[in-house]
Amino acid sequence: MILDIGFETMPREDLEAIQLRRLQATIERIYYNVPFYRKSLDENNIKPADIQSLDDLKRLPFTTKQNLRDNYPFGMFAVPMDNIVRIHASSGTTGKPTVVGYTARDIKTWSELMARSLAAGGASRGDIIHNAYGYGLFTGGLGVHYGAEKLGASVIPVSGGNTKRQIVLMKDFGPTILTSTPSYALHLAEVAEEVGVSFEDFKFKFGIFGAEPWSESMREELERKLYLVAVDIYGLSEVMGPGVSMECHEAKKGLHIFEDHFIPEIINPETEEVLSYGETGELVFTSITKEAFPVIRYRTRDITSLNPEPCICGRTHVRMNKVSGRSDDMLIIRGVNVFPSQIENVLMEIEGTEPHYQLVVDREDNLDVLTILVEVRENLFSDEVKILQDEERKIRKNIKDYLGISAKVKLVEPKTIARSEGKAIRVIDKRKI
Amino acid sequence: MRVEQISVFLENKTGRLAEVTSILSEAGVNIRALSVADTSDFGVLRLIVDDNAKAEKTLKNNGFSVGKTDVVAVEVEDRPGGLHNILEKLTSAGINVEYMYSLVTQRNNNAVLIFRFDNIDDAVRLLEENGITVINGSKVHAL
Repeated sequence: MILDIGFETMPREDLEAIQLRRLQATIERIYYNVPFYRKSLDENNIKPADIQSLDDLKRLPFTTKQNLRDNYPFGMFAVPMDNIVRIHASSGTTGKPTVVGYTARDIKTWSELMARSLAAGGASRGDIIHNAYGYGLFTGGLGVHYGAEKLGASVIPVSGGNTKRQIVLMKDFGPTILTSTPSYALHLAEVAEEVGVSFEDFKFKFGIFGAEPWSESMREELERKLYLVAVDIYGLSEVMGPGVSMECHEAKKGLHIFEDHFIPEIINPETEEVLSYGETGELVFTSITKEAFPVIRYRTRDITSLNPEPCICGRTHVRMNKVSGRSDDMLIIRGVNVFPSQIENVLMEIEGTEPHYQLVVDREDNLDVLTILVEVRENLFSDEVKILQDEERKIRKNIKDYLGISAKVKLVEPKTIARSEGKAIRVIDKRKI
Repeated sequence: MRVEQISVFLENKTGRLAEVTSILSEAGVNIRALSVADTSDFGVLRLIVDDNAKAEKTLKNNGFSVGKTDVVAVEVEDRPGGLHNILEKLTSAGINVEYMYSLVTQRNNNAVLIFRFDNIDDAVRLLEENGITVINGSKVHAL
């Protein structure tokens, strides 16, 4: 179902006129309200009045996660704190998260876009939505929640974890829509099987899966094991949260970007040159309606391509293909962003010197598992096993404390971690995406 | 009174121990005593050898993490209660044995045991006060 026929099926020409007007207003606002943007525009000799066409967007400098971190916590907000009604945050490399804020109108916009997304994914008023995205600083849980209420569906705010109880609720409440990360959805299917319940007996029609990249083969597996139609949702807290783009269940072929609120670009991550439709590169977003936390040409580091072809669902908004990778070394482990440098910092603190380590990410029972291999050099070595085991425990605990993820730690002999041209290979991702 | 022990970090993988013995054998180092402490993932090999310097150097050159620890070699009467006699005295003095293992050869018809203590000086004093023979390091390496 198309929730907002007016905007979602708007002819390109009209859409672009709206985009330009909104872009100009956004640039005007950030220039006068966010010192970071004012400085970067001044440095590039750009005044808000110079933005005369959508093509002028190319003249604006990019914004990176590092820029957001440098302005931690509230430096990028374009409104006074009085107008902020919500704060979310995502993890960052130095232990400092990236903080985003929302005005009341931002929350309304986000709820509308999430309602549009849920509708595109097959939900409507009358559906019961089992929302197993985590509630908290992470945008997933609350994002879906507000969208579901806006749509008029019944939402079960079950959040993540306590999987066996979730199975009971699914059986007793009969939800018709499942929202979760794809890996958690598969985990639910497995636990259901363990307790002797089949998803075949549940009432699910659609599953709306996101917060981590997933593949067509995973779609096939999700649909087979969960007896539902699986669709992809995309978003990131820096741009808004879930609901930046959404796959329609009619085509299941790429995610419609809500272009009346966000302008996408694809760039070559090395040269920063803007690429054409169909070419693969890094996805960049400019928000054009956000009040509290506008982003200009924000580099998502997600690799994909844009598809302007008309869609059978009737939406005119451009589609992005499924995200196929990252242009940096960030890993997404059970929905949590992890950079190898964060783990390196933890190891450095314990060992007191540059650690030799490797991260191995795999999927066991459909859950992401991170194993950290650490070379035991003399500064870590002891003739007593209990001391070595203490080291392992300490690394595990600090990783959990600082990064919020559970990792396995395995001590290995020196020089056993593979090196390519003398440089250690830091990450081995065995998950099939 | 101390004996220097060499320890080596080993992953719990087929052939790792053989790799160490092959390196030592090629270097002409003789193993006097050894023990392996293991977990499911890794082990620690502890060795008393006749030439510590050579053993340490060749193992390090082959990329192993090598540690050195002082341990104590003790003559233990080869009869029922021989070991118990010693442990009892250590226990009543509150001295903890981190680990122990035995030498392959005998000395004066007695067994020779290697002890790792937290507080080596207290342990040696106590043993000697009780008339237990603690063997000098150089003698152990040459046994």
